[in-house]
Amino acid sequence: MDTLNYRDLSVEEFDTKTLLAHAAQQAKQRRYEDFLIVDVDAHHYESDSFAEIVEYIEDPVMRQQAKYQGFGGTGIASGPGSYQNLNGRLTRYPKVRGEKTPPTPHRDITLTKRWMDSLGIDVGCMFPTPMLQLGTCPRIEVEVALARAYNRWLCENVLAHEPRIRSTLYLPFRDPEACYQMVQDFGDRKGVIGFTVVSPGKKGVHDNAFMKTWAAIEERNLALVFHGAYTWGGDQHAELCNRFIAVHALGFTWFNILHMTNWLCNGMPERFPKLRTCWIESGLAWIPFLMQRLDNEWMMRSSEVPLLKRKPSDYMREMYYSTQPMEMVDNKEALELTFKMINAETQLCYSSDYPHWDMDLPSTIYDLPFLTEAAKRNILGGNAKRLFNLEPVVSEAKVKQLAERNAARPA
Amino acid sequence: MADVLVCKDGEIAEGGVRVIQAGEVEIGVIRHDGKYYAYRNHCPHQGGPVCEGIRMPGVLDIIGEGGIFLQQDFDQKDIHIVCPWHSYEFHLEDGVNVCDKRIRLQKFKVVEKDGAVYINV
Repeated sequence: MDTLNYRDLSVEEFDTKTLLAHAAQQAKQRRYEDFLIVDVDAHHYESDSFAEIVEYIEDPVMRQQAKYQGFGGTGIASGPGSYQNLNGRLTRYPKVRGEKTPPTPHRDITLTKRWMDSLGIDVGCMFPTPMLQLGTCPRIEVEVALARAYNRWLCENVLAHEPRIRSTLYLPFRDPEACYQMVQDFGDRKGVIGFTVVSPGKKGVHDNAFMKTWAAIEERNLALVFHGAYTWGGDQHAELCNRFIAVHALGFTWFNILHMTNWLCNGMPERFPKLRTCWIESGLAWIPFLMQRLDNEWMMRSSEVPLLKRKPSDYMREMYYSTQPMEMVDNKEALELTFKMINAETQLCYSSDYPHWDMDLPSTIYDLPFLTEAAKRNILGGNAKRLFNLEPVVSEAKVKQLAERNAARPA
Repeated sequence: MADVLVCKDGEIAEGGVRVIQAGEVEIGVIRHDGKYYAYRNHCPHQGGPVCEGIRMPGVLDIIGEGGIFLQQDFDQKDIHIVCPWHSYEFHLEDGVNVCDKRIRLQKFKVVEKDGAVYINV
């Protein structure tokens, strides 16, 4: 029996000439060799040669940035770029990928508990990192699908197994119906202590479409968190900035200023008086600014916001804020006044933002000279316990340390 | 004050760092361009292990005539120690913070003698 001439595609390597063998047949059949053919729109994949191309960038600093950030995806030419890790200056970003962990529990749990134990943290509220940018994806259905996938994954693989890790789950803010469904589907899961609006989302918090979502969160006695973030590409104001420091310094505060203003000017604290809100990762300096600005305008234009029965700052003083990134360069007086203005002793909650570049240790609070010991403990843990109705869990490391201290104490 | 042995000359590779414990103090000994520098491994900002990060040249904006921005460049004569926690930067030569001269790393004298490297602690 004759053997058929065959090609086994499971082992055959890719070759352009093989892929285009039929084109070559056409060329032969049509006798293209008899005349000239010019293609005026041909492409190649220069990204495969990006490592060579970067060497031709004339600005040496940009050349280094391009080498570090790469191209495509979140590379140097993309909307957000990859500037957060300061172009290689922060070593933990690339190195943690190679950090060894045991097969169980989930790697995320192991790594999270390692840094929490080092910082002295008992309970951590976990947020995503790249997925904070989901709201900038032009396809809203992609944001919704990934948000649901991430939340379900987090609940099943992390929150269900580790009581020291909790989360306020991501809401796909551009789809109000999907937000409501998220609260319905995940609001009662283990470890879920609230829901998060990532602030650059392009919707007003006062949109009627959100009211049933806010009500559902309030009914469950959960918290609503507004998490600062930035956009660069696609935002007409941010696109006026050419350096990441500008985009970050403005973006992380601006979007929370925007939502807080709408929240107040539409009387949301009066509509949902039991809904606890927390404003996260915008630092603190914006709060006194906005309090003064809104109070001043409200005295003259209260007719526009008849739902507000008190000054905007009165409502703001009842909301919660996270500490990081706390502005603390040469401003002790301003910081002390800020703490006073926002009722920090009862409303401020410590946050590290680890492993991000501007993370703050608990010592940034504990070492403040103008706080009492009680105030420090409130800010480091007590206020969050109240905000999130937390059942406190003390870290294994601290339990051990306390036992050792007690054992060493003279009888 | 005592001379504490760090290593034999050449044991720290070019660009490398050896962190030594001298009593309660951690000291980072950095070898850069064949020269040794020793600083307390403690960032005055939030206490990060400042010597365990990378060294990078300072960055300059190159401004042309009429205030026109031309490009950025690295200042290879001014190498910075970069704290791996928050990227606070310090001049390698003297340990002074690049943004605020009042902030500085604790510097230790390095002594090279008899084919070995010591720091004066």
